[in-house]
Amino acid sequence: MVIRYMLGNEVIAHACCEANIDFASGYPGTPSSEVIDILRTQDVRDFYVEWSVNEKVALENALAAAWTGVRSLATMKHVGLNVAADPLMTSAYTGVTGGLVILSADDPYAHSSQNEQDSRRYALFAKIPCLDPASVREAGTMMVEAFSLSEEFGLPVLFRPTTRICHSKSDVEPGEVGSDHRTGHFERNPQQYVVIPAHTRVLHKKLNEKQAPVARALVEKGVNTVVVKGTTGIIAGGIAASYVQELLPENVSFAKIGGYPIDPDWLGAFVGQHDKILVVEELSPVIEEAVRMVATYTIVHGKMDGYLPHEGELDPASVASAMKKAGIIPVRDFPQVTPVPDIPRRPPILCAGCGHRSVFYAIKRVFKDGIFPSDIGCYTLGIQLGVVDTTICMGASITVGSGISRSGEERDIVCTIGDSTFLHTGIQGLLNAVYNGANMTVVILDNRITAMTGHQPNPNTGVTATGVESPPVSLEAICRSCGAAYVERVSSYDLTQCLEAMKAAKARKGVKVIIAYQPCVINARRAGIRRKSFTVDPDACTGCKACVRFGCPAIEFHEDKASINALCSGCSVCAQICPTGAIRMEGKK
Amino acid sequence: MSGSYDVLIVGVGGQGTILASNILGEACLIEGKSVRGAETHGMAQRGGSVETHIRIGGKYGPLISPGTADLIISFDLLEALRYSHFLKEGGVIITNTETIIPTSAFQHDADVPGQEDILNLLSGRDVITVDAAALALEAGTILTQNVVMLGAASPYIPLAVESLKEAVRRSVPPKTVDTNLKAFDLGRGAPE
Repeated sequence: MVIRYMLGNEVIAHACCEANIDFASGYPGTPSSEVIDILRTQDVRDFYVEWSVNEKVALENALAAAWTGVRSLATMKHVGLNVAADPLMTSAYTGVTGGLVILSADDPYAHSSQNEQDSRRYALFAKIPCLDPASVREAGTMMVEAFSLSEEFGLPVLFRPTTRICHSKSDVEPGEVGSDHRTGHFERNPQQYVVIPAHTRVLHKKLNEKQAPVARALVEKGVNTVVVKGTTGIIAGGIAASYVQELLPENVSFAKIGGYPIDPDWLGAFVGQHDKILVVEELSPVIEEAVRMVATYTIVHGKMDGYLPHEGELDPASVASAMKKAGIIPVRDFPQVTPVPDIPRRPPILCAGCGHRSVFYAIKRVFKDGIFPSDIGCYTLGIQLGVVDTTICMGASITVGSGISRSGEERDIVCTIGDSTFLHTGIQGLLNAVYNGANMTVVILDNRITAMTGHQPNPNTGVTATGVESPPVSLEAICRSCGAAYVERVSSYDLTQCLEAMKAAKARKGVKVIIAYQPCVINARRAGIRRKSFTVDPDACTGCKACVRFGCPAIEFHEDKASINALCSGCSVCAQICPTGAIRMEGKK
Repeated sequence: MSGSYDVLIVGVGGQGTILASNILGEACLIEGKSVRGAETHGMAQRGGSVETHIRIGGKYGPLISPGTADLIISFDLLEALRYSHFLKEGGVIITNTETIIPTSAFQHDADVPGQEDILNLLSGRDVITVDAAALALEAGTILTQNVVMLGAASPYIPLAVESLKEAVRRSVPPKTVDTNLKAFDLGRGAPE
């Protein structure tokens, strides 16, 4: 094989192919999305792959496939594992026949996430093995190992990369892609697959009996390793282990934790050989707690005594600083530097011509005093336009809206949710809101794609993950069948239509739904849709800044006049907003 | 000493920092050097400030800590300022002369430092400016600004120019190879 410069997620996907994967499912979520994206776009693909509607659905599908004996993968981001937690917890009881690997990608520093939870906790909670790669290369070898470990112990294995694994690159020599595929066969076994109390009590005992052998195997297989060098040691896991390895002086011992559960006897022996141990890991002090459990006379430093932060991500400099604090001199020095202060921020922004922006504009115009629960997607950026008051988790715009509605709050409630998020966990909220008589408006921002994570198709798109046509779901029919009294479909680019629908919704009681449709502007461009750009007539522009406040990156303002730059996609909404008619399609008077 | 040559490529989401870093990564493979990189994906890409770390000869983690970058390549002058504290003592910044004014600055009437102000704030650093847009247009398309910048930075990168050009050939769409190679050469000839 040749050496390639590969993205972590690409290496992980490739490793699945090396491991003869038969079945893959997932729901997109940064930083996990590219794994399924790469698997679904392979030129030659002799396994099944799907984008599921949410993580619970993805895991249940993959679990069932593993019950039939095939090798299965379910992918998600860390918060997706919350959605899949229900099947996760009991899948450890039922176990699996074919290997089942659950990839849950963590996001220290919350680069694109709503929290910094640690998936290793879930693995310990569910009592399943967890593998935690320290580098892009190791992500590949560990992924292959994960499938065999799963089959060896009949347990699902949690594979936990972080952002700096998934979205890092390295020179890698990928292994041979396998061609040894299996066909599923379901073997009836109610004692294993029907978790009635009588069965589950037995299954729980069996699960507990597997714990110590798994921990020992992780040492025997070299997943957890030690090198003893002196009386001081560092124990690290995940990407933090790579930072430590770069900085480790010759005379300091090093234990690398790549898998959980950690064998307490093995760990205790290492810790007991040292006077002082520094534990370096991102997110929760999972290793540190295990170390403190076995440490008797050894001094232990880590997060719990303030040597390292509980939040954010680590980097070589922060690890070096903790090492120095613990009296370990790193082999590299890092200068103290401060950023230049007061530089204007450059936050991410909705694209020029994004249909969400005009819908937000219309909401703000009609519901001046409204409350605006929103959801997870590109449209969370609507916070910059003052139309996002809450975001907590997938699907929670509608439920937060109905909760506020039933609290006695009398102001109008208008929530925004994308099509993919609505299909993920929004429908139940709508059903509940109608059933329980909430008073609110739901705006579905329908761009026919899961845009933020990289344009993955969903049941509203019209194609499956592998490009096979599938009938797009009718959002109107779903909303009507949930019982919504008012369901209106508008074009996001037609401001008059949007405003009229908002006014009509405002005038009615009950749960009203407006489906604002316009394909994602990035996707539209890729599909070859071209619209003529717009331009500002400087003589007609009064410099009122109505268009500037609209917040489109195509609109600039110089010397008291607005102007439109090359980013313009021709959506025409600014022209509809301009009070003096100064914005026109290029070439028109 | 880190043992690696650490390059931070910064800019605005959509300017092609990832392609530029892929070219560097590919050039490392051509020379048989180990390499590590870290990228910005996801929501942060939507017109936001983006950073790509590349450690040529790197064997460990992909992240470059503040104060330790050997080279900063910036596709936007304001971003050069934002990330300037990543530069090590004696490091070099190669930056585009232009800046995209953040939309939020127009919306909120925020002051954005001009070209002269930014260059003043960067004084004391070894800064080389490149009119990437003009050179990209000369090469044939404004879309090649990232490769222009890479060409301009190439004399400082410990990789042979032939390796870099071969990496450009391998990394860009086949139809655009000639334009991109021209952009690379124009960039390489640009810094005074």
